[in-house]
Amino acid sequence: MVGYITRRLLGMVLLLLVLTMAVFILFNLIPSDPARLTCGKICTPTLLEANRHRLGLDKPALDQYTGFVGGIFSGRVFGADSGSPVVCPAPCLGYSFLKHQLVTTLIAKALPVTFWLALGGFIIWIFTGLAAGIYAALHRGKWQDRTILTAALIGYSLPSFFIGLVLIFFVVLEWGLLPFPQFVPPNQDPLKFVQTMILPWIVIAVLNAAFYVRLTRNQVLETLGEDYVRTARAKGLRERTVVVKHALRAGLTPIVTAAGLDLAYLLGGAIITETIFSLPGLGALAVDSVVRSDLPVITGVTLISSAFIIFANLIVDLLYAVVDPRVRVG
Amino acid sequence: MIGRLTRTVDRISTTPATERPFLSVNDVSVSFPTEDGLVQAVDHISFTLEKGRTLAIVGESGSGKSVTAQAIMGLIDRKTANVSGEIWLNDVDLVGLSSAEMQALRGRQVAMIFQDPLSSLHPFYRVGDQIIEAMRAHRNVNQREAKREVVDMFKRVGIPAAERRVDAYPHQLSGGMRQRVMIAMALINSPDLLIADEPTTALDVTVQAQIIELIQDLQREFGTTVIMITHDLGIVADVADEVAVMYGARIVELGPTETIFNEPEMPYTLGLLSSIPRMDIEVAGRLLPIPGNPPSPLKLPKGCVFAPRCRYAAMTNGLSETVRPELLPSGPNHFVRCHLPIETRRRITGEVLATLAAGQNQ
Repeated sequence: MVGYITRRLLGMVLLLLVLTMAVFILFNLIPSDPARLTCGKICTPTLLEANRHRLGLDKPALDQYTGFVGGIFSGRVFGADSGSPVVCPAPCLGYSFLKHQLVTTLIAKALPVTFWLALGGFIIWIFTGLAAGIYAALHRGKWQDRTILTAALIGYSLPSFFIGLVLIFFVVLEWGLLPFPQFVPPNQDPLKFVQTMILPWIVIAVLNAAFYVRLTRNQVLETLGEDYVRTARAKGLRERTVVVKHALRAGLTPIVTAAGLDLAYLLGGAIITETIFSLPGLGALAVDSVVRSDLPVITGVTLISSAFIIFANLIVDLLYAVVDPRVRVG
Repeated sequence: MIGRLTRTVDRISTTPATERPFLSVNDVSVSFPTEDGLVQAVDHISFTLEKGRTLAIVGESGSGKSVTAQAIMGLIDRKTANVSGEIWLNDVDLVGLSSAEMQALRGRQVAMIFQDPLSSLHPFYRVGDQIIEAMRAHRNVNQREAKREVVDMFKRVGIPAAERRVDAYPHQLSGGMRQRVMIAMALINSPDLLIADEPTTALDVTVQAQIIELIQDLQREFGTTVIMITHDLGIVADVADEVAVMYGARIVELGPTETIFNEPEMPYTLGLLSSIPRMDIEVAGRLLPIPGNPPSPLKLPKGCVFAPRCRYAAMTNGLSETVRPELLPSGPNHFVRCHLPIETRRRITGEVLATLAAGQNQ
């Protein structure tokens, strides 16, 4: 087991390395000149050249890449020979000359926002999705089932910006039930935190719950027809035990997979939701950086989001073994 | 729990216990409404069984034998199926019970062994825990006592290294061991009635005999009444005291095992017997298969359900195509559903069995 995890972790590191390369090549192909962007309005060729040197853009592409990767592991210094060197300690993901901040600092500021957004949304959607899915499965073909499926279909097809804008319009502007969203950390002002996050959570939850309702319903319907569910009934177990402990448990594997990956995907930033509710999370940071062609930040956010997905894959695979004993290897 | 039991006791019929057999199935029908029409899975079947005896229900797939078993277990979903008639077990009518009352009896008084032990055990739970769950559904036992009881039961059903095996997952056991686990699970609450639904079909031939022997031994030890559902006539000859032959959702012949094997009267039973190799009578000739296919439960023939495949249907003057035959007594404890006159049936049986025995000399 330890060997397996070690191998998987090494594989992850390798994959991330390949990813840095891909991201690096991709952004070197973009027809924008970071030196020009940071140069300001009055830009003389000498100034441009100096900027290029400070950013390390005058070096060959390979050196730039090794400098970038090396920075991740051992940190680096930007503009060492200039008057104001910038020390970037490991893990260094680069320096934003537009924002004059380390990429890691920017990400560290944005990540908690995204984390709270993802976590809250995740909890809501998992509970409603599973509950409604089981309920629909147990009432298959009846009006309860059809109502839930229709609601799920609507939730699934509504774009998140639409739900978000409608919610803001009615709940905040028309009815004044909630103050205008403005993010504060939960430990600073818990009430304000919840008031701000509840609508974004709902937006995230609606979209995902709709998918989980259908997934759960299908899984439960499938496992309810299994022989071991009949055995559970033959033992004289209560119907709720039969459904939850026997049928649902057996159908959990695909749900765990989907949930793990969806959560990881969300941790990489919910671009639309964050933008609508002006939450300063990773998604908003990514959008802002793309708009301003802030390449180091885009690279950093991309890497972090990918790392989440890759890591979630490992977690999901390990969870398989917890859920299904047949997967456990000796 | 106590309330449930009291309610069950209230249902005890006015007939004194001594007059009613241990198990009495009266006029039970099960039908499933589907989009294509009503599927009549079990059509007015009746039989009785005394305590400690073994009844074999024989028939092809789709003849209604498994549905009969599930009706007795109360495993048929009343929301999707119609169940009518009476199933009296220990003077309680199981058909009339609420689902909560039936749930209290299920696994306690009636238990079941299924065909495929691999798919019938939950793949995610240890076999010991699955059995403990069955115990705790009906009895107040703590975890440690329950586990000790399971280990004891494992030893009784012949599972070696029982202490270790209780912690195994189903996929870590062999097919025979899994079926022993299922048997242990069924017997853990000492049920009065055990239904075995083709318990050996999914097993290796070498293991089949062991499992059947085990069920017989345990039946003797616990005094359990057994309903054995099978299409293996070899097993029937070995274990059954009585045999019910099912065809097209009905019982077509019912009687003591010896009578069914030696003096069958319904042409379908005769067909079954002559289509399998037998060890007990010397069959020298070819086996006689039954022509055609079983009827669709959506569209059972109007008259005798077996008529379209019956070699002797023409001898009833068209009666078999229009009138449904009744299950009528033909001898002591022997009931036959056939339009042919008794003498004709007996003559045919004699001829067929003689032909089988003499076949090669022709």
